[in-house]
Amino acid sequence: MVEEVLADTAATSSYSGSSAFSHDVIAAMKKVERHHFVPSELTAVAYHNRPLPIGYGQTISQPFIVALMTDLMRVKAGDRVLEIGTGSGYQAAILAEIAGSVYSIEIIEPLGKQAGERLKSLGYRNVQTRVGDGYYGWPEAAPFDAIIVTAAASHVPPPLLQQLKPGGRMVIPLGTQFMTQYLMLVEKQQDGSVTSRQILPVRFVPLTGGH
Amino acid sequence: MNRPPLIAIGLLAACVLAYEVLLTRLFSIVLWHHFAYMIISAAMLGYGASGTLLTLLKEKVAAHFGVVYVMAATALALLMPAAFLLAQQIPFNPLELLWDKTQLAKLLAVYLLMMLPFFCGGLGIGLVMSHFGKQASRIYACDIFGAGVGSLGVIGVLFFIQPPQALTALTALALLATAAAVAELKMRPKWLMELFIGLAVLAAVLLPGIRAHPSAYKDLSQAMNIAGARAVEERSSPLGQITVVENTRVPLRHAPGMSLNATSEPPPQLGVFVDGDGPSALTRFDGDLTQLAYLDQLTSALPYHLLERPHVLVLGAGAGSDVLQALYHGSVAVDAVELDHNIANLVSQRFSGYAGNLYALPNVRVYEAEARGFVNTSHERYDLVQVALLDSFGTASAGLYGLSENYLYTVEALQAYLNRLAPGGMLAVTRWLTLPPRDALKLFATAVTALERDGVVNPAARLVMIRGWKTVTLLVKNSDFDVREVASIKEFCRARSFDPAYFPGMRAEEANRYNILLQPYFFEGAVALLSPQRQGFIDQYKFYIEPATDDRPHFFRFFKWNSAAELFALREQGGMPLLDWSYPLLVATLVQAIAASILLILAPLALSRCRRTLPSAPVALYFLAIGLAFMFMEIAFIQKFVLFLAHPLYAVAVVLCAFLVFAAAGSWMAGRWQAENKVALAVIAMGALALLYLAILPSLFRALIHLPDAEKIIISVALIAPLAICMGVPFSTGLMRLAGASEEAVPWAWALNGFASVVGAVLATLLAIHLGFAAVILLAILIYGMACAALRGFA
Repeated sequence: MVEEVLADTAATSSYSGSSAFSHDVIAAMKKVERHHFVPSELTAVAYHNRPLPIGYGQTISQPFIVALMTDLMRVKAGDRVLEIGTGSGYQAAILAEIAGSVYSIEIIEPLGKQAGERLKSLGYRNVQTRVGDGYYGWPEAAPFDAIIVTAAASHVPPPLLQQLKPGGRMVIPLGTQFMTQYLMLVEKQQDGSVTSRQILPVRFVPLTGGH
Repeated sequence: MNRPPLIAIGLLAACVLAYEVLLTRLFSIVLWHHFAYMIISAAMLGYGASGTLLTLLKEKVAAHFGVVYVMAATALALLMPAAFLLAQQIPFNPLELLWDKTQLAKLLAVYLLMMLPFFCGGLGIGLVMSHFGKQASRIYACDIFGAGVGSLGVIGVLFFIQPPQALTALTALALLATAAAVAELKMRPKWLMELFIGLAVLAAVLLPGIRAHPSAYKDLSQAMNIAGARAVEERSSPLGQITVVENTRVPLRHAPGMSLNATSEPPPQLGVFVDGDGPSALTRFDGDLTQLAYLDQLTSALPYHLLERPHVLVLGAGAGSDVLQALYHGSVAVDAVELDHNIANLVSQRFSGYAGNLYALPNVRVYEAEARGFVNTSHERYDLVQVALLDSFGTASAGLYGLSENYLYTVEALQAYLNRLAPGGMLAVTRWLTLPPRDALKLFATAVTALERDGVVNPAARLVMIRGWKTVTLLVKNSDFDVREVASIKEFCRARSFDPAYFPGMRAEEANRYNILLQPYFFEGAVALLSPQRQGFIDQYKFYIEPATDDRPHFFRFFKWNSAAELFALREQGGMPLLDWSYPLLVATLVQAIAASILLILAPLALSRCRRTLPSAPVALYFLAIGLAFMFMEIAFIQKFVLFLAHPLYAVAVVLCAFLVFAAAGSWMAGRWQAENKVALAVIAMGALALLYLAILPSLFRALIHLPDAEKIIISVALIAPLAICMGVPFSTGLMRLAGASEEAVPWAWALNGFASVVGAVLATLLAIHLGFAAVILLAILIYGMACAALRGFA
């Protein structure tokens, strides 16, 4: 699976702004076993490069998108990361392999509890999970070096932007379950202002030829 | 057993047609589309397969006519809810269609399950027809009368009960139909009738527990999964099932695409879902406009920064967000148009206190009307016509509406909106942002065409488009934008980190500053669409962005075959979401319709003794042609009447009913009409009528669209009646001609006609999307012409 994802990176590099996924991301993708995070009946397809249902109308993202999002966050060792939308816990586990600490909030109670237990049983001591409303972030642990918002939201909650460190990065996938249309990367400048970048995960140029 | 069970046949036919219409509602609730084409195709498959079975087992069945009939009717009663319940157990998920090959098998299973009740219904009616052959005309009359009442009656019923309850009612009705048959056929034992009446009562009392389970991926399902969510109101009508969700633990905060610079957040809101899609927000309002500052942080707020105290028309007012936005910005008066009485009523009655009596404010007027109808008949002039963003981001971005007709965003619609503007007025349309740009550029192209059709020499001077990170707003002015306005647009965008995509005089370096794309796609696209190379750009663009028109109102169709292969190859690199699933689904349905009808209608005949009585090529061609052409006409008119009748369900019910009843009348008249060339005459009359309708329907719809629903239904039926009468002539005439020449080929005629109907229902939808309704109707005329030629070869 990781090899497939890596092979796909080159094709996307010009769009994601990086020539290849960082070594940390690749190492994390190799280390975290995806079959722990999918329902038992889907174990056989756990390493397919596709999104899979995890119940409650939620999905575990396509590994390629997980790698791309993690890479865009530019997480470093020791970083403090916030995730809104724990889901299966797979993204949190990948982040935990790289970052110092990961704080993850899930809005769907049973899913959040399962993911918390799963991460604990897999030995991720640097991940803290919570079930609740992600709108106000995790103020006790703020500020964060990076934030990822995988839960659908009509807008970016202002409190989350406030909890992002100057120089920090926020990644938001947009679309619906099974269908990540594009990624938004929000960068907070040192002066507190923000810019956003919309990234199409796929190398697909809509404008063909000159006009 | 000398009298046919006429009452039972009428009731049975009513059940079957009501079920067909009801399924379109149920599919809208459970999935994301009404799937009318698939349901009509499944119905035709059921009828066709039952005809084949009757042909093969004629003698065996004849000996036990009464028992088989009662069994078929009972099976219909049981299968109507059972097939739907079982179909819900199949984990068919259109969103996974392109990821998971097993989804195709699941789709086929749903299709075949849907076919079963129609198979039983067709078997019952066919049995009676063949058993009481000499009284066929009376039976046919009852059958068609029942079908007409059923298809229209279910609409009336849906005003009072919810679709799942209507399903129960139909089960009870089918059991009553069985009881009626027992009585009419004087079957024994006598308690059998009481038994079926008892079962009908039991079904009516016990079965209301049946529920439609929306897909777990629909917006409402997702909202209800959140801790603290509870449905505080549910309402249902033929227009949709409305659910109001309150969540005090994790409140809804709906501010689509709010600026990243915004610091305010929305006040508490209730989520309003229609058929599980949404939400649109019903915002708590206590009269304090300062609480609504977030509404100034949306791209849709732009026109309010260009207009002073405007008189606003909101089309698709829903639960009132756009009305609040207008009031926040000091609008002097707001006219809010909402189609669904139930939604308007939520704000004006049920939650009026919560909504601050919004719809009763002195400067707000609410009209329960269809947007196009209102705009066509209103005499008011507005400074701003705001087309609200009511569909949800997820469904729009995933291509879930690809097959849906939408008459809000066509060239003709935009012309009608512009026509309502006061001097210096503006039309504002906000859409979700999709990448690569799809909706936005299609809308822009549609606006350019609308302006050109209105005789505007330089559309470039009247268009503005801005984009945030999630929404795009298009402004179309009925005069040129001036320098002061352009300055206001720039300032509006700068303050909120929105990007201008186009304004008159815009330079390339002004694009793509805040929400940075790899290339300034929106600006480049807008400039190309305003240039003489527009058509070349549209043709080359990898998504279908040709302007939508009333003839091809599939605004959300972006699928192009050329790009599909490329995107599919890129599926593991994030390409899959750019492929609209609805279009491959339609193609898959067509393939399975062909396979299933060959397998269930034609193959059994070909393998039986009937293989010795194969019809001649002209006969085969004739019955294929008239089956196909009939479906083309029916489907094209259903989709065309969606505009006039304002909702797909009304269109399906009314057009189906009218075609059925009047084609039957045409059939009956053909039997009494002695003319030698009656098919040719009927086809000529039908062709002339169809051409006339193509010419006059747009203006006729414009003139009459404001009328009440009941009157519009009567007008629709009156329009279709002469056409359907003509279309009823070829089948019965061909059948009589064939019966005279080689009676043993008659089962083949039924089977081939059935096959063509199954395929035609889906094929017509596919062709309408590609070529437009006019082309499908012209094609139908052409195929009828071919049938006339084939008829000459019958001898």
